[in-house]
Amino acid sequence: MTTQSTIVPITPAQAVAAEPAPLPRRPFGRWFRETGWRHLIGIVMLVFAAFPLVYVLSASLNPGGTLLTANGLFQNFDLGSYIDLFADPTRPYGDWFVNTIVIGVCSSVGTVILCALAAYAFSRMRFTGRRFGLLTLLLVQMFPQLLAFVAIFLLMSAIGDIFPVLGLNSQIGLIMIYLGGALGVNTFLMYGFFNTVPASIDEAAKIDGAGHARIFFTIILRLVAPILAVIGLLAFISTTSDFVIASVVLVDPDKQTLAVGLYQFVSQETARNWSVFAAGAVLAAILPMALFLSLQRYIVGGLTAGAVK
Amino acid sequence: MTAPTLRDAPATDAATQRRGKRAAAVAEAASAGWKVWLAKIVLLGIIDALAIYAVLVLIGQGQWLVPAIVVVVAVAINIVYLVPGLLPAKYLTPGLVFLFVFQIFVVLYTIYIAFTNYGSGHISTKDDAVNALMQQSQSRVENSPTFPVKVLERDGGFYFLTTDPDTGAFVIGGEDQPLAPVAGADAAGAPGFTTLDFGQILAHQDAIGELSVQLDADPNDGFLRTTDGSNAYLFTSSLTWDAAAGTMTDTTTGTVYRDTGQGAFTADDGTQLLPGWQVWVGGDNFVRAFSDQSIRGPFFTVLIWTFVFAVLSVATTFILGLFLAIVFNDPRMKSKKFYRVIMILPYAFPGFLSALVWAGMFNQDFGFINQVLLGGASVPWLQDPWLAKIAILVVNLWLGFPYMFLVCTGAIQSIPDDIQEAGRVDGASVWQIFRHIKFPLLLVSVAPLLISSFAFNFNNFNLVYMLTGGGPRFADASINVGQTDILISMVYKVAFVGANRDYGLASAFSIIIFVLVALISYFSFRQTKVLEELN
Repeated sequence: MTTQSTIVPITPAQAVAAEPAPLPRRPFGRWFRETGWRHLIGIVMLVFAAFPLVYVLSASLNPGGTLLTANGLFQNFDLGSYIDLFADPTRPYGDWFVNTIVIGVCSSVGTVILCALAAYAFSRMRFTGRRFGLLTLLLVQMFPQLLAFVAIFLLMSAIGDIFPVLGLNSQIGLIMIYLGGALGVNTFLMYGFFNTVPASIDEAAKIDGAGHARIFFTIILRLVAPILAVIGLLAFISTTSDFVIASVVLVDPDKQTLAVGLYQFVSQETARNWSVFAAGAVLAAILPMALFLSLQRYIVGGLTAGAVK
Repeated sequence: MTAPTLRDAPATDAATQRRGKRAAAVAEAASAGWKVWLAKIVLLGIIDALAIYAVLVLIGQGQWLVPAIVVVVAVAINIVYLVPGLLPAKYLTPGLVFLFVFQIFVVLYTIYIAFTNYGSGHISTKDDAVNALMQQSQSRVENSPTFPVKVLERDGGFYFLTTDPDTGAFVIGGEDQPLAPVAGADAAGAPGFTTLDFGQILAHQDAIGELSVQLDADPNDGFLRTTDGSNAYLFTSSLTWDAAAGTMTDTTTGTVYRDTGQGAFTADDGTQLLPGWQVWVGGDNFVRAFSDQSIRGPFFTVLIWTFVFAVLSVATTFILGLFLAIVFNDPRMKSKKFYRVIMILPYAFPGFLSALVWAGMFNQDFGFINQVLLGGASVPWLQDPWLAKIAILVVNLWLGFPYMFLVCTGAIQSIPDDIQEAGRVDGASVWQIFRHIKFPLLLVSVAPLLISSFAFNFNNFNLVYMLTGGGPRFADASINVGQTDILISMVYKVAFVGANRDYGLASAFSIIIFVLVALISYFSFRQTKVLEELN
């Protein structure tokens, strides 16, 4: 947020600092003093970190379970809750899931495109107002869009009176709102990364007769692919877990996202249908977690450069 | 990735073919100009068509300012993409359009709303308020004639079809449209309208029961309402609207309500008729935030807790993350990778779900923590002000320590080992090396992240709202706020939760947060000198 330091993907070699050669067996006391206690702490942390997730998984496999029955971990094994999840028309989980993915993918692709275009201009062109533009972006991101949700609500309801397609309760409208908040911090991350691509590559291409659009689409975009992936993923995660703006804009149950729908489901009937909620949570978490874990090496670099959960 | 060249070596068949393809690609690229132009023209055409459509619709609605803006923007977009040159603008325009509408405009709009009384009870214009008041205070006129009606539907709105008792003409009227003759209407229906049958009336009986249709242009003459969908009765309002004097008079008590500029009809003794309408109230919302005792008290408590929460969340996650990074940064330790993957799971798990799951585990009567870990104790984790705050910090620690762990691990590994060697040669203890050399070095690279983490937690809406809902609620507050609310969740609740929505006050709070965040950012930018790095 406050730096435009470049993304430094942590390489596997760095992440797992070189394993030492096998040491001769040490007596237990010495082993414990040197590394054993570290494992002890590690195990405590593993329990702390993983327990809630294990708990949710166990609750989701406990059909018809309430909060109370969920306390007996893994006493039942049944996929009934996963089936129930899709059975109730007042709780259109399937719709929520599809909506979340569609909104997340559209806004993250849009974010990547808008930010890459802007970052290219800021990084490679010198024009009047460039410094002012960068400063404006810095200032604008100080005012998180999140705080303007009252105005967003009123704006959307005014738009909705005239163009229902874009107004309140419209997913296209919601995507447009997310794109409005895209430029700030992401442009800065990309701008920093674009700056690390040597300008001599552009110049060589220019001498070969390539135009600016060609340089941008065929050369630069490929060289900066890692940052595009990171920004895209961060945008996907932040839009899919947004509650405030989504809850304000999306009114009808079948238009809502997982964050809005699952919250309302839980707040209405916590104790009764806990296992169904747990099943919904497990399914909702699989995709982001898989994406995150498979790309974590790159994301860590991206996070280090300023984004936080 | 490299630019295609025409002098690639070995002349096998496959290579020749490949070379041919590449040559074709290069040739095509050289002449790709017309394709780019075509795409450009098509896209601009679509944008222009949408703009023209929007302008026509808006002008049809009697608006002038917004269509003017649309025209200006559309012309600007055309100029940017059709005129040669203006290269930076070609790349910046798409992002800037969205930025201006959905970020800069909404911030300005927030400021405007903060100076109005916008909220439930003050939604629309004075005319709408008059209408709503007249409808609210209706009662049936005794012994009035019965109007046989048919219920019609058009575009989702419902209408009555009946005959005018004086002229015998078929008249149609709806919610915003007094009864008036419609060309082509007969006893069964009218062109453009769908006549509802009995089943459809049953299906929409709530909406139809609510419908009240003005008898003629003067609301004082009364309204038609129906209870069964086939007979309507005349209702008149106990209020009389005097358009010339701008007053509402209650015919039962004789009280006169006047427009005193407050956005509602007000009697001499101060009682207001609601709904009112939206007016500019100047700094009233800010004055209320800082002076009205029932708002000021909770507001300051929330403000303090927001800072405490943000500082403590950064501190606890950073301390735990750093500690773990040091513990696991030992070359002799095995299976670090395994620990690492499990420990970042909370970070990968979607945040809003974590808060909901923990809320279940903290449940006072059935939750895992009370039932299993504490053996059936009934600790009010989310109901007691202090325990709720602790619960929030614990969950935040769970959510946030993996991030700090990753960041600190990276930072520690980037500190060269020779520093440690040098320190050891000089006789410093491990602790001294850490305290005086490594930690300051680490802090330099981590400080900006701590600041942004602080800013993030300052507005960590999901955690608070999903875990405790801001509760337990303050008993003495006139607004819907609780002990664990932070500023952002308070704004949300003032604006959108509960029956009494106060958009004006919520926007005023938003602006106060803007100012706080801006001040914090200003000072942190001064520290990190990021502005100097812009060139």
